[in-house]
Amino acid sequence: MVEYSKKVMDNFFRPKNMGEIKEADGVGKVGNKVCGDIMYIYIKVEKKENKEYIKEIKFKTLGCAAAIATSSIITEIAKGKTIEDAKKITKEDVAEQLGGLPPIKMHCSNLSSEALKRAIDDYLSKNK
Amino acid sequence: MKKIYLDYAATTPVSEKVYEKMNPFFSDCYGNPSSLHSQGRKAKEAVEKTRKNIKNKLNAKKHKLVFTSGGTESNNLAIKGLAYKNPSKKHIITTKIEHDCVLNTCKWLEKQGYEITYLSVDEEGFVNLEELEKKIKKETLLVSIIHANNEIGTIQDLKKISQICHQKGTILHSDACQSFTKVPIDVIEEDIDLLTINAHKIYGPKGVGALLIKDYLNVEPLFHGGHHEEGIRSGTLNVSGIVGFGEAINEISLKDIEHMTKLRNKMIKELKNIKDVRINGSLEKRLCNNINVTFKDAEGESIVLHLDNRGIFASTGSACSSNTLKSSHVLSAIGLKQEDSHGSVRFSLGKETTEEDIDYVITNIKEIISLLREMNPL
Repeated sequence: MVEYSKKVMDNFFRPKNMGEIKEADGVGKVGNKVCGDIMYIYIKVEKKENKEYIKEIKFKTLGCAAAIATSSIITEIAKGKTIEDAKKITKEDVAEQLGGLPPIKMHCSNLSSEALKRAIDDYLSKNK
Repeated sequence: MKKIYLDYAATTPVSEKVYEKMNPFFSDCYGNPSSLHSQGRKAKEAVEKTRKNIKNKLNAKKHKLVFTSGGTESNNLAIKGLAYKNPSKKHIITTKIEHDCVLNTCKWLEKQGYEITYLSVDEEGFVNLEELEKKIKKETLLVSIIHANNEIGTIQDLKKISQICHQKGTILHSDACQSFTKVPIDVIEEDIDLLTINAHKIYGPKGVGALLIKDYLNVEPLFHGGHHEEGIRSGTLNVSGIVGFGEAINEISLKDIEHMTKLRNKMIKELKNIKDVRINGSLEKRLCNNINVTFKDAEGESIVLHLDNRGIFASTGSACSSNTLKSSHVLSAIGLKQEDSHGSVRFSLGKETTEEDIDYVITNIKEIISLLREMNPL
């Protein structure tokens, strides 16, 4: 069994912003059934002074503790950021905010930054 | 918080009786059984008495019993030991559902030029006996088949298997770590040539096991040293551990087996009431304490961690919890696709498990599964 940090466990047992946004401005989907982790990130975007901010963000994830914790933490990191800044969030940022991830989980379950990018791209493609 | 241990297939506690039996051999009767003086002789006597008792338990009248450090060593000694001794036969048959220590020993021998046949199993985990018969050839040195599977609890028919092996002129080894004292084994009646057993699955200490070897068979030792155990396994004997092993063989009574069977059946019945579950392994020929269940749309590591958080200790065959990120080879052998095996959990009961424990687990597992399924985006 891999060992998780306290922060990972906190986010796993008490995930923040879990749920679906019914009329989301953008949805990012990653993962597949075979690998076992499936992650959806939903965002609402607000425009203020010519800038676009992430006003609301939620997630739904089927997967291991690392998949759930990385989903939860990215909603906290990204909330209130401009979409340009939110797109810059990396896997490493997510892991760092969680007090580290076991190396084996770094690539298979640390999908939330990719899901967020896809949610933003989805928003941008709809709002060209 | 309530603590409910349901991982007895991983290991059991050392029972009080076993602990008490072992105790004098740490600081009172601490002699080396190889020593000539009375302290040594006393230790030797204890070891030999244990050897006799364990052999009696298995009706091993035509076998020698070699003490080892546990199941892994015994399985290595059986397979490699026999292979080194018989270099002219370079074919070994095993199954796809063996414990890693058998599979990886065979894989290692494959690299040394051996041909290994991995027999398939049906959806309940039973070895295909026709395939076994067909695959045995002149060069087949050994057939190694696990008696009761550690993940799904399916119990093989060793008697039929040994008949096939012996008719075709090959040797049978079986890993009985999970079944020993839970399923009756008679090595004469079932005609088993080599048998692996260990102590820590039956309320004995960790780090002790044994290999039964038919008298006329020879295995090459893995350790070379001071000629202990007739030269088959050198190293000062783990006297306290061996004595504990000897006591542990009486820990699980027929009544305990009935008790665990009843609770196992109750738990399986109640798990089946949850939507989208699958019970893995045979329902008929199954270890009295094994429950292996797959929950659709929930992941095993998450389930086990939530259970742990509620004081329930179980294990999972999910890829996400393994260090290799591969799902259980046993579950794939019985036909579960990788995408379907993620939500697999094994509960293994002990003689201490109560009906209230099962009720508590069922209540909690239902909550956990619905919590995790709510998070599923699909």
